[in-house]
Amino acid sequence: MEKRAIFGSKTLPYLLLAPQLLVTLVFFYWPASQAVWQSFLLQDAFGLRTDFVWLENYRHLFAQADYYRAMGTTAIFSVAVAGLSLSIALMLAVQADKHIKGAGIYKTLLIWPYAVAPAIAGVLWLFMFQPSLGVVARGIRSLGVDWNPLLNGDHAMLLVVLASTWKQISYNFLFFLAGLQSIPRSVIEAAAIDGTRPARRFWTIVFPLLSPTAFFLLVVNIVYVFFDTFGIIDAMTGGGPAKATETLVYKVFFDGRLGGDLGGSAAQSVMLMIMVIGLTAIQFRYIERKVTY
Amino acid sequence: MKRHIGLGWLAAGTVLLAANQASAQAEIHWWHAMTGANNDLIVKIANDFNASQKDYKVVPTFKGGYPDTLNAGIAAFRAGNAPHIIQVFEVGTGTMMSATGAVKPVHVLMKETGEPFDANAYLTPVTRYYSTTKGEMLSMPFNSSSTVMWYNKDAFRKAGLDADKPPKTWPELFEAAKKLKAAGHATCGFSNAWVTWVNVEQLSAWHNVPLATKANGMDGFDTELKINSPLHVKHLSNLVELQKDKTYDYSGRTNTGEGRFTSGECPIMLTSSAFFGNIKANAKFEFANAPMPYYPDVAGAPQNSVIGGASLWVMGGKSPQEYKGVARFFTFLSETDRQLELHVKSGYMPITKAAYEKAKATGVYTQAPYMETPILELANKEPTDNSKGLRFGNMVQLRDVWAEEFEAALNGKKTAQQALDDAVARGNQLLRQFERTVTR
Repeated sequence: MEKRAIFGSKTLPYLLLAPQLLVTLVFFYWPASQAVWQSFLLQDAFGLRTDFVWLENYRHLFAQADYYRAMGTTAIFSVAVAGLSLSIALMLAVQADKHIKGAGIYKTLLIWPYAVAPAIAGVLWLFMFQPSLGVVARGIRSLGVDWNPLLNGDHAMLLVVLASTWKQISYNFLFFLAGLQSIPRSVIEAAAIDGTRPARRFWTIVFPLLSPTAFFLLVVNIVYVFFDTFGIIDAMTGGGPAKATETLVYKVFFDGRLGGDLGGSAAQSVMLMIMVIGLTAIQFRYIERKVTY
Repeated sequence: MKRHIGLGWLAAGTVLLAANQASAQAEIHWWHAMTGANNDLIVKIANDFNASQKDYKVVPTFKGGYPDTLNAGIAAFRAGNAPHIIQVFEVGTGTMMSATGAVKPVHVLMKETGEPFDANAYLTPVTRYYSTTKGEMLSMPFNSSSTVMWYNKDAFRKAGLDADKPPKTWPELFEAAKKLKAAGHATCGFSNAWVTWVNVEQLSAWHNVPLATKANGMDGFDTELKINSPLHVKHLSNLVELQKDKTYDYSGRTNTGEGRFTSGECPIMLTSSAFFGNIKANAKFEFANAPMPYYPDVAGAPQNSVIGGASLWVMGGKSPQEYKGVARFFTFLSETDRQLELHVKSGYMPITKAAYEKAKATGVYTQAPYMETPILELANKEPTDNSKGLRFGNMVQLRDVWAEEFEAALNGKKTAQQALDDAVARGNQLLRQFERTVTR
């Protein structure tokens, strides 16, 4: 006798799918289509006058030098944050995976920062590095470095990169650790018996076996730096000084909410959406091939 | 069983009665951006008003900072449930003014509801900013302030400066700051909050130099910026030069750097007169304020300052009964004793002439002369087109663009001239963007 679940009715599977589809529809497709529609409109902040302007908002956008600068800033920012948070998390996970005393405590502590809201993380770091009040800032200044993220764009960038990285390490750590624990001990032990050194074992056995996790995290991290770091940037630098930390998503907020330019802001969101979809597609197309499942 | 039904009817009756009472008493929703002691003051005003009559109930709601409150109001209007009254900071004035239909001008409101209203009872330097060029009041001034120079008297004495003769001009201020720096304030001789409000907007008005064409935008949205004039460039170059050795030290775009004054780090801080409440609560030294400094080589300086703070805008599309309530509330707000109470408790300026006179008569200013400084600055001279006020769309962003260029100059990436030229070019882009959305 075959033990397979067979649905008698044709509607039941659709009904079971409906809640998930509805959520996606209401919270993704509907707002996304609204953004696309809005990007063709010219409207004042109150919505009193609306004109359909075709691609005028896009033309304005591509004529702005600021837009290209924000792209550059985003590129630097995302490579730095994704690179740092992935590599540090991997290092920590490998260390925590060893048999050491109190590993449980380390693991718990390392996961904690993930529970902190982005804006709070931003404020926390801001206080530590605030030039005249911050504890860390005083330390840096006493070393003779003129630490001033209020005026120095590089300092401000460093600050948001550090805070965003710190926030994301926990998440990456959690996945890497789970990935490491699912690698069969016997494989590693066999290599050890054959006399391979730990570093070689890591690069030739552990890392390739970890690649599905690493790939998944890469995609998630890119999405994280593109969208979720907004709260940190807003709380810490407000995109300043002199736009040094204005990423694409921050510019969407700045132009749309503070500037009341909804059409232009919507056009930016659409561009951002296209970029992230494109990046994810590229990752799946080219990097996934190298991933061993 | 029967008794239960009876009880049910009774309950239903009570609910109906309650609903009836609620509908008879019109609720007036008031969104504001005041925190701390000023929030308490707002709640008190609302409670006092609600206790003074039975027909209307004012419900104040805190909506976050100024930009948040404005955005919440705009979003609520788009969704069709705007509040009746919304507190909008002075830089949002252009945005609100251009929203014909979304707002109800105060002079129209007062006329339609038949509420007694005399525009002449108000202090012109305050109301002028929120009126049309013909003098019709668009929004009700609520909390008004201006830029003053706060200074630490103890630090002055320690540095061998006369604590009762604060610097009057910018060159004097620079000299004083150098001495203060030498006397132990190594990281900050002087600073300012609201960098562009102080160093661009107030600087222009105080020296009778245009900020932009078309009377600083008051005469039309096709205005163009003029903030790369020799005066503006000279001032910024001075700041850049002094930033190098921290005789001047930048404290950010908003007022988050004000704590550097109360902590004693910066002995001189140019910022809003409304900083008073905070200083009073936190400063552990003797303090005072003085009018903003000026450049003595500019003919006619000092002119007069412009106001900061916020006003109350009435939103459109409400019922006549609700408007009557709003009008009654505004009358209540303008009563002399209430204005005096607001003035003394918050440090913001009184908005009626009678309240100002009463404050003088009751000795408020002999006790605390710093309370009068902003009023004297505002009324220093009959205002010109350059000092009446300013009205730009996209003002929130405009200020940020200027601040960005200031930052670029102060950190040595651009010269003062180049930074201000760029501030003009980029600012004009924003002005055209706004013009594009409102004049089509």
